[in-house]
Amino acid sequence: MEVFVQQLINGLTLGSIYGLIAIGYTMVFGIIGMINFAHGDVFMLSAFIALMLFLFVTAWLGIGSIAIALIIVMIGAMLLTSLWGWTLERMAYRPLRGSFRLAPLISAIGVSIFLSNFVQVSQGARNKPIPPMVRDVIVLFERDGYAVALSYKQIIIMLTTAVLLAIFWYVVQKTPLGRAQRACEQDRRMAALVGIDVDRTISLTFVMGASLAAVAGTMYLLYYGVVSFADGFVPGVKAFTAAVLGGIGSLPGAVLGGLIIGLVETLWSAYFSIEYKDVAAFSLLAIVLIFMPSGILGRPEVEKV
Amino acid sequence: MSDAATMPAPAQAPAGRTPLLSIRGVKTYYGNIIALKGVDLDVHEGEIVTMIGANGAGKSTLMMTIFGNPRCREGTITYAGRDITHMPTHEIAHLGIAQSPEGRRIFPRMTVFENLQMGAAIRNFAHFDEDLERVCTMFPRLKERLNQRGGTLSGGEQQMLAIARALMSRPRLLLLDEPSLGLAPLVVKQIFNVIRELNEREGMTVFLVEQNAYHALKLAHRGYVMVTGTITLQGTGKELLENPQVRAAYLEGGAH
Ligand SMILES: Nc1ncnc2c1ncn2[C@@H]1O[C@H](COP(=O)(O)OP(=O)(O)OP(=O)(O)O)[C@@H](O)[C@H]1O
Ligand SMILES: [Mg+2]
Repeated sequence: MEVFVQQLINGLTLGSIYGLIAIGYTMVFGIIGMINFAHGDVFMLSAFIALMLFLFVTAWLGIGSIAIALIIVMIGAMLLTSLWGWTLERMAYRPLRGSFRLAPLISAIGVSIFLSNFVQVSQGARNKPIPPMVRDVIVLFERDGYAVALSYKQIIIMLTTAVLLAIFWYVVQKTPLGRAQRACEQDRRMAALVGIDVDRTISLTFVMGASLAAVAGTMYLLYYGVVSFADGFVPGVKAFTAAVLGGIGSLPGAVLGGLIIGLVETLWSAYFSIEYKDVAAFSLLAIVLIFMPSGILGRPEVEKV
Repeated sequence: MSDAATMPAPAQAPAGRTPLLSIRGVKTYYGNIIALKGVDLDVHEGEIVTMIGANGAGKSTLMMTIFGNPRCREGTITYAGRDITHMPTHEIAHLGIAQSPEGRRIFPRMTVFENLQMGAAIRNFAHFDEDLERVCTMFPRLKERLNQRGGTLSGGEQQMLAIARALMSRPRLLLLDEPSLGLAPLVVKQIFNVIRELNEREGMTVFLVEQNAYHALKLAHRGYVMVTGTITLQGTGKELLENPQVRAAYLEGGAH
């Protein structure tokens, strides 16, 4: 029981991070029907940006308050990563729009390789740590010497994720920008006819995906305290799995998928073998796709129009 | 059909003014296949102009070519004195042209209300409530269904929504591609009345493509006939209605 609750907490934390990344996959897929293979590396890049900003803010500006430092770091990482997202779309994907279907996919793989190598060369191949911080934990309950703990870090991660998802949901559902995104997703040609700048809307979609990845990157750094150039791959694949599991194209699906993958991974590690946790996550995906080919919240292909 | 001898003299369009929309020598291709073989056409401010033609003649292609999607390979399109031939599609919309396209193209997973909001996108929602009220009065059916998803509307309701969406931007030039398609005769009458009223009361310029040649020619000030990518006949609505070739090809049994 104690172990279960503890793993539940850990799983939801990890799942929050996956969910934030998964949204970037699902939104880009929704609007241009492309899997952005570079998204995991954008996430990794954002964690490096957060790391540098953190060192800058604490060491150079001498800001002592962790809370203020974290907020500055997160917003700064969101802005800088967005700029990367925007640039990559402009340079690697937009010129290929209207070309054959696989072209942007191949380009995305290229961008992925470029980003991880770029970070490796410029930042070195070793793990980069940040000084440990926010180490407090709340002990929820204790039995037979096993304490179920909820750390401040986990609270910060879950709260930040929840707040950002709420803001993001509001933007997509209620603002003209969100409506334009949904319109482009549903009928790009008609969206242009009513005066929507489709290219700009696609750019902004990449920007939004990248900024949520930056939140995930900042939280990842806070949680694990280290990041390396290779850290884009595994979380990227997991988040992609989450997006497909939840139903690619569906925003609530991405979050749900993220949480499920996070939970499966941590619970499996606790009760079975930690080596096979990835196998468990991917097997779950396979099983779900057999019974629900378009994912848990995805919509089936046929639709009355 | 294109025999010049039987062609009526070009209708005397309102003289001395430059047309609001002027299409000159427009050729549009799909790949290597030519769909428009050099179209010349004018729409003057305040007019209702119709174009009739058989299936596959290229009517919808012309409607979309005005918006640059597909883009014409040759020729020029001028709107309100500006060359829009190479202008991006969304910028053309911002000049005050709205289209209810072939196939209606309702955003299926948006509500009726959101679809109407999309129609008003270029106006930044100035006077949105007023315009919403206006189209709801024209199409009371839509008012009852504002929260229904567009994709679940009936065909006729979608058609109404497509027209209403186009009207939400208060366009100076309204392009309608087969507005009567799939509608019950009574609703067709209603829609044609709406078009006439918009034109008479608000001076809205309308360019419409119709299969329903009789109604369209009765409604329109002027009309064009298109055959396989070429304009073969033009004249006032009345002239075309009386033209034996038009009668034979497009009105036989259709004149109710
Ligand atoms: N996307 C496309 N690719 C290739 N050919 C096309 C495409 N769209 C239209 N065509 C062809 O161009 C020609 C003109 O089509 P268009 O849709 O303009 O006809 P239309 O006059 O609107 O016909 P209808 O009355 O049936 O709507 C047709 O021969 C059609 O097959
Ligand atoms: Mg057509």
